[in-house]
Amino acid sequence: MISLAGRDILHSWGKFVLTGFGLGLLIGVTLTMAGVYRGMVDDARALLNNSSADLWVVQQDTQGPYAESSSLRDDVVRSVLGIPGVERASNVTYLTMQVRRTNLDGAGPAAAGDDVRAMVVGFEPGQLGEPGYLLAGRQITRSHYEAVADVRAGFVLGDRIRIRRHDYTVVGLTRRMVSSGGDPMVFIPLKDAQEAQFLKDNEAIVNERARTAANPSLNRPGVPGLLEAIQASQANNRNVNAILVQVQPGIDAEAVAEPVRRWKHLEAFTRDQMEEILISKLIATSARQIAMFLVILAIVSAAIVAFIIYTMTLGKIREIAVLKLIGTRNSTIAGMILQQALGLGIIGFIVGKVSATFWAPVFPKYVLLESGDAVRGLAAVMVICALASTLAIRVALKVDPAAAIGG
Amino acid sequence: MIVAPGEVVGLIGPSGSGKSTLLKCLGAVIEPSGGKMVLGGNTIYDNGWKIPDLRALRRDSIGFVFQAPYLIPFLDVTDNVALLPMLAGRSNAEARARAHELLDALDVGHRAQAQPSELSGGEQQRVSIARALANRPPVILADEPTAPLDSERALAVVRILNQLAVQQHTAIIVVTHDEKIIPTFKRLYLIRDGCTHEERGEGASL
Repeated sequence: MISLAGRDILHSWGKFVLTGFGLGLLIGVTLTMAGVYRGMVDDARALLNNSSADLWVVQQDTQGPYAESSSLRDDVVRSVLGIPGVERASNVTYLTMQVRRTNLDGAGPAAAGDDVRAMVVGFEPGQLGEPGYLLAGRQITRSHYEAVADVRAGFVLGDRIRIRRHDYTVVGLTRRMVSSGGDPMVFIPLKDAQEAQFLKDNEAIVNERARTAANPSLNRPGVPGLLEAIQASQANNRNVNAILVQVQPGIDAEAVAEPVRRWKHLEAFTRDQMEEILISKLIATSARQIAMFLVILAIVSAAIVAFIIYTMTLGKIREIAVLKLIGTRNSTIAGMILQQALGLGIIGFIVGKVSATFWAPVFPKYVLLESGDAVRGLAAVMVICALASTLAIRVALKVDPAAAIGG
Repeated sequence: MIVAPGEVVGLIGPSGSGKSTLLKCLGAVIEPSGGKMVLGGNTIYDNGWKIPDLRALRRDSIGFVFQAPYLIPFLDVTDNVALLPMLAGRSNAEARARAHELLDALDVGHRAQAQPSELSGGEQQRVSIARALANRPPVILADEPTAPLDSERALAVVRILNQLAVQQHTAIIVVTHDEKIIPTFKRLYLIRDGCTHEERGEGASL
């Protein structure tokens, strides 16, 4: 038996290809939206994987350091190291900010366009939190003013970047080190990061000292050294955002987390709990936003396919009447229309998949196109096309074969 | 109204007299309000009763030729003709062989691979006649088949129908108001006031 749908598609291939191309771009956008969500999830997982931690110790009653701000003293790490089952532990700080590339001579900031939004990570070199893989350059070896940056920040080796009051030299480049929001990471020594995060500028320190000195309860007569001690404590801040903990092989991370929560009055999250926070809470709103887009795009795609197939069927009413008159089964005619809709969907899917593959790398945030999503997308396109064809099939089945005869 | 195999009968009448309605009844497209219709000895309608599968009847036993050829635009000439045998369950090879046989008989075999849009009006009409004959139906119903053609081509079509009626042993009923071809019919029916009258032929005296 001749494939009526196939012959019709071949006969008017230009119309089909152009329509399929338009539909394909829409499908490409849909696949990309799914890829954006997958990219966000993958970024979150990469963030956790790259830290090499089994446990995150943060301020009590917070879900830090990624979802909420968390602050704890930097000497707490010593007591954490003393808990049975802990292999390694180290302090880290996280601060999302604008990082400016400065001129090579350090004379001042370059054009405003050189600002990069980045997550500045303070870590102790050689400890947990250090970027595990370098594309170029070396790890930080000096105690101050060296940085390792993710390539997506756009920095190159030898670049001078300004973070708060100090300039840093980019000595290494890493990749896939991004925050849960997709911002590239810039790694600097912990001491510098603590300063960047907690230390005020000189003018603010001078003002704070004057304010403290003017406070009679902090500057009591007859209590020598009190004012200086208070001012010294205000000028220094020994806080960090989290402690990354690696447990000994064979030890359950939850078994280490439990005493941290009970005795240290801190919060501790295992890998699974932190992943839950990142994926189910931190990007939940974005995921719902993307889901809404996917639903709308699916509806628009269905409307387009339905409209195209419907108008194409209306243009063939006389031929359908003739086909019915000469004894063609309704199922054959319905099958022809259904196959055309599915054909349109296949053309659209191929165009969409190819388009998404080409434009995904250009997106500023990571877009992960998974094969599973493509398969699910193809199935969804087929279902949408099948549903969209029902309108045209309904019209075709109502065509009276008598319409082929006379007036 | 009786039409024998091998006969070509004309059916004429003023506009609105019911020619097309009669053709639709004969073509098993609409049900007559009364009366009896017998095809090849088998009763099709009998005062409200009808055979269950009219679609199969139309496919296997009735050929249609329309005012315009109404060829399927996305099928080539061969497949336009071969479609009917295929719908009847014949193999592609068998159906195409039958199509080629008919196209050769109608002198359009050389256009077998052409698209309908590439044919002249006369060629298209001959292809539509070939399509009507594809399943060897005992009867062909032609609805003003010469309307869009000039005199020469119209007469050529009638000649073809007469030849085919004899060769294929098929009864052909032609609805027309084309005065050019009316004289060519040996038997002619007139529809007037809701009744058919035999104007020419054995029953003309009625």
